[in-house]
Amino acid sequence: MSLLEIKNLSVNNLRTGQQIIHDLSFSLHENRCLCIVGESGSGKSMTAKAILGLTSPWLQVNGEVLFKGMNLIEQSNATMRKVRGQKICMILQDAMTAFDPLSTIGKQMIETLRENLVMNKTEAKELAITALQSVQIYEPEQVLKKYPHQLSGGMLQRVMISIVMVIKPDIIIADEPTTALDSINQREVVEQFKKLLAVNHVSMIFISHDLSVVQYLADDVLVMKDGKCVELGEASKILSTPSHSFTKFLIDTRVGLSQSFQQSMSGGEAIVLES
Amino acid sequence: MGLIGESGSGKSTLSRIILGLENPERGTVMIEGKPISLWIKHNQGSMSVVFQDYYSSVNPQFSIRSIIAEPLIAIGDVENLDERIDALLTKVALPHSTIHKYPHELSGGQLQRVCIARAIATKPKFLVLDEAISSLDVSIQAQILDLLCNLQKEMNMTYLFVSHDLQAVAHICKRIIFLCKGKIVEELASDQLNEAQSSYAKKLLHSVMHFHSPNDTIRREKVTLE
Repeated sequence: MSLLEIKNLSVNNLRTGQQIIHDLSFSLHENRCLCIVGESGSGKSMTAKAILGLTSPWLQVNGEVLFKGMNLIEQSNATMRKVRGQKICMILQDAMTAFDPLSTIGKQMIETLRENLVMNKTEAKELAITALQSVQIYEPEQVLKKYPHQLSGGMLQRVMISIVMVIKPDIIIADEPTTALDSINQREVVEQFKKLLAVNHVSMIFISHDLSVVQYLADDVLVMKDGKCVELGEASKILSTPSHSFTKFLIDTRVGLSQSFQQSMSGGEAIVLES
Repeated sequence: MGLIGESGSGKSTLSRIILGLENPERGTVMIEGKPISLWIKHNQGSMSVVFQDYYSSVNPQFSIRSIIAEPLIAIGDVENLDERIDALLTKVALPHSTIHKYPHELSGGQLQRVCIARAIATKPKFLVLDEAISSLDVSIQAQILDLLCNLQKEMNMTYLFVSHDLQAVAHICKRIIFLCKGKIVEELASDQLNEAQSSYAKKLLHSVMHFHSPNDTIRREKVTLE
């Protein structure tokens, strides 16, 4: 069943006349993970912003974004705020700028939770602690007292993910959430997303340029280039036998960059690693 | 030399201390037998850095020409400036017309190449690359890594490549140091990563997500993480 349907989405820059997204159509099905893949400038983040009504005022958004019988493009700011807070939550690319530098993490988490869920301050604090523990932040009480600049980018990213996880929206749109993280943190965060899909039955749009993460998480893949859809379909098919040359190019570069590492890890030959 | 560590491990702090931008509380940093502040004083321009955020590494009001000229002007080395800037742009595979442009007109990959050109302008012996490719697309990362490899050989520089990306580090570095919570836990040759001893290094190495292509000739069985 189609949870979110995007029909002929286009985004134009009214100032420059440039068309940023061209006639994009795709669906997000219930409890599926759709990964949007492409390089910077391909329009992946812009697509997410257009869905959530977060584009700049001089960008004109046309087409249909159908969610639970509504065309989101036509909704008021007030309605969209509710949608963004509870139904379709976004995890941003740059965690650092998402936080208020003048407030503690605890204050911001409690504020966000109370804004979107019905609970008092004590309950919100307890939920915040549980949330942080679920993203492997081991001294949650300490972290709640800190200011954003005192935490590393990776930790802030995990705090952001934890907030979204406890709000339990229908759809999570994650924009390059693991890009700044190291392998261990990335693996843990990706596993958390995997768990969210399996256990909480959330549906997800996951934007990434990292094909290994996409391969692990995606049920479906949308490949974008220059604001257009280049390939759309089941992940297992597209990533093993891509039809478009651009998809092949992305895969080849990914494989090429991993070669030295993979060879070194297997000691230059095929071996079996045991736990 | 690669310096690998997760966010918060101290790798940026360490690279800033090495660059002389911060002072350690204890211990010494020596380059070529001299304490770092003295070495920097006597070897102006011999150590350069390329940061992760190319847009905030450059003055947005400077033309590309001014950006690359800045370190040369700072050390008073201004003979044949225009020719040398042109030669530097060629080295980083950017066209001559770039000199008239401004940072916002360039893509991430192009601007990082400008930052690299600026960093090698003073012919440094030692180049610190602090997550220099992390903000770039994978296909551009590959190009920049190849560029860095070539420049290193051509100019006989020593690199400290600080990153959280193991695959990139393995691609370009001969040796890799693993940093965990501010301590060095392992040092390995990059072609012998399977010989890691410390539990942290092993965990990090095995957590790297692998893209399985149908042409995989190197087969690894699934590893259960402890």
